[in-house]
Amino acid sequence: MSSRFLLEVNNLSVFFHTRKGVVKAVNNVSFNLKEDETLAIVGESGSGKSMICHAIMGLLTCPPANIESGSIYLAGEEILKSSEKKMRQLRSNNIAMIFQDPMTSLNPFLSVGEQLIEPLIYHSDPTKRMRKDKARLQAIKMLQEVGIENATERLNDFPHQFSGGMRQRVMIAMALIGEPQLLICDEPTTALDVSVQTQILELIKTLQKKLKIGVIFVSHDLGVVAGISDHILVLQSGHAVELDTTEKVFYETKESYTKELLAAIPVGPKKNECTVITDTPLIEVSNLNVFFKPRSAAQSKIIRAVNDISLKIFPGEILGIVGESGSGKSTLGRSILRLLPIESGEIKFSGINLTHLRQKELREFRKNMQMIFQDPYASLNPRMTVYETLAEPLIFQGVANRSNVKNQVISLMDEVGLPKLSMHKYPHEFSGGQRQRIAIGRAIGVKPDFIVADEPVSALDVTIQSQILDLILDLVRRYSITMLFISHDLSVIRSVTDQLAVMKSGKILERERTEELWANPKNDYTKNLLNSIPIPDPKKERARLMDRAKEI
Amino acid sequence: MKSKLMSELDNRELNRSLWKDAWVRLSKNRLALFGLITLAFFSVIAFLTPWIAPYGYEEQNLTLGASPPSYQHLLGTDIFGRDMLTRIMYGGRVSLLVGFIATSVALVIGVSWGALAGYVGGKLDAFMMRLVDILYALPFMIFIILLLVVFGRNLLLLFFAIGAVEWLTMARIVRGQVMTLKKQEFVEAAHSIGLPRHTIIIRHIVPNAIGPIIVYATLTVPNVMLLEAFLSFLGLGIQPPQSSWGLLINYGVETMEEYPWLLVFPGLALTITLFALNFLGDGLRDALDPKISKD
Repeated sequence: MSSRFLLEVNNLSVFFHTRKGVVKAVNNVSFNLKEDETLAIVGESGSGKSMICHAIMGLLTCPPANIESGSIYLAGEEILKSSEKKMRQLRSNNIAMIFQDPMTSLNPFLSVGEQLIEPLIYHSDPTKRMRKDKARLQAIKMLQEVGIENATERLNDFPHQFSGGMRQRVMIAMALIGEPQLLICDEPTTALDVSVQTQILELIKTLQKKLKIGVIFVSHDLGVVAGISDHILVLQSGHAVELDTTEKVFYETKESYTKELLAAIPVGPKKNECTVITDTPLIEVSNLNVFFKPRSAAQSKIIRAVNDISLKIFPGEILGIVGESGSGKSTLGRSILRLLPIESGEIKFSGINLTHLRQKELREFRKNMQMIFQDPYASLNPRMTVYETLAEPLIFQGVANRSNVKNQVISLMDEVGLPKLSMHKYPHEFSGGQRQRIAIGRAIGVKPDFIVADEPVSALDVTIQSQILDLILDLVRRYSITMLFISHDLSVIRSVTDQLAVMKSGKILERERTEELWANPKNDYTKNLLNSIPIPDPKKERARLMDRAKEI
Repeated sequence: MKSKLMSELDNRELNRSLWKDAWVRLSKNRLALFGLITLAFFSVIAFLTPWIAPYGYEEQNLTLGASPPSYQHLLGTDIFGRDMLTRIMYGGRVSLLVGFIATSVALVIGVSWGALAGYVGGKLDAFMMRLVDILYALPFMIFIILLLVVFGRNLLLLFFAIGAVEWLTMARIVRGQVMTLKKQEFVEAAHSIGLPRHTIIIRHIVPNAIGPIIVYATLTVPNVMLLEAFLSFLGLGIQPPQSSWGLLINYGVETMEEYPWLLVFPGLALTITLFALNFLGDGLRDALDPKISKD
């Protein structure tokens, strides 16, 4: 075949033959990649983007997967027809992959150095195998390349001694140490904080230019890939919807699905801002402290997850809390609801001191305050039907009795947009968005005054995300619910909140009207955070990445 | 507006709750159904034995001695000329009963102990689990002998005693399950809607731990049956001329070379029961998991 392209994928189809029928995970997808290009594959969950990567790596488990048709040429070699031995050689010489979650893709029992030199000293080609000391030098060089300081000492550290972003750097170093021609990144920044995400994006872009490698960058988020990709392939349930240069995809969008994806990226402020009418707060938190104490004497550090926080939330407003992972934002939300034991401080709910309530009183009081959880896959009991899940709070809180509970559940389902006939289905029979609707129904069923929403949309696809946000905003307005909205996603939080508080290491750095804070951040940390948001516009995003690279 | 929709919902509701659904799924699983029917059949026979057994369990025919299966004695006779079919039927009464009672005792103590320790955690958990460790370390023989000495030899007591020894592992398994489950968001969600603790354990935690519980319970049954045989062999359990499958197998082993049918038939009875039990157990585990197939 021609050697113009590094990678050629022609009419690739991957089907799953299950008892319930054939699932077409990848359906007749073709694309090419040149040596020094970045191709972004974008699609929602289940669109087949990971399947393509796994097919290229030869990592599909067949069965259940089956490659129905198509060919993949890497530097002129047909991958799909290669033997397992040949595949191993390709994997050690030509292709490398970075996975989504740097927490689970490193072996916690081996030092980073040992894992880094592994591909070098066990190289499939005996002539390329390195001696251990030489491999170590190479590893140190690579760690420096990906921006890890004190590489020589850090080589002996174990994965848990690195932060999330640093671990992803190590993963990149590990992928690149075999000097591959093709690097596949499967959602490499999804599990990372936004400021770290920018750094990793910069790093991948710089290394790609420097080492002249082809990069396939898989993501569910069009905004993330705007700055680093040359071409974009948009996938929808296994089909290639649109394949074009990044500029054309963004500025001259052809397909309606791509338009839908672009429209779903939250941009701009909340539409109807709430103006506070009263000056008596609904929630008044004063000097709240929540500590996590070490279990054993070995780890003697007390973690101050919430450190002396005071805040007021007024009736009808949506207060956003934004912060990176570990900033204590979830802990704050949960402790306001008294779901976590607090160290000291007071929480008042329209004048009632929640910290003094007894267990039984608190249980009854929960009728007034509810929570929406992050992961709709984990927050619903897998062995209870929707009906049981929704009826439970109604009955236990005495909102409904046995005779009218069914009607109430039906109207509740109607309200959150679930089909009535699915009342007796189990959670796994629903999609992620529908599950989150169930969880929202459970929270609003008892007509609470206050809801804590802990990252309610971060586990969902972009298009679903905007639907769920609309639903939440609609319900909040209809029942005049006060809400604490926790998120790490600044664009999401801007589009729903009236007030915004920025949290870091258990402290609130600043709190302001959302738009005010957006326009004039006072704190340096906030400025940096706002600067880190990927812009869903290729030109601006590239400029942003360039600017940041210069700063460093 | 009690329209078609409502009646449709009513109809569907009839077969949709975890337990009703489980039954529907179980009845579609042929192996599990076979297991269930076999166990039911054996239980009915065991119950009716005194009336339907061809001979008395101590009826000897010394002139016959150990004779191979024949028309009069379908499964042969033992060395005292007692009819094996009769003895296996009587033995089944004891074995099935010990299997059922002791496992239930182990199940009830183990699940509640483990669930409580795992859910509450902290000092109570430490205390409860140390107690389990101590009981583990105690030779169970001494424990059972002591019980029998203090309370006198009593078949039912023996069954309870065996159950009281077998719950330890169950408690550990359940505790581990509960500890992972209680950190799940749906349990926190149950908290946030104000459910009391015991409701959370019963409605949200135990049903989700049921898979391993059932599997371990089906493994416990043969254990307790063999334990009973062992105790009987030591003279602490069933006394001859009464019998149980375990005892019959023990005696069968001694004369395996000359009279193989003395080992084969009680062995077969036990094997079939355990097979049936395992099929049923696996079927139950799958049936109680709504995620597994709905075709």
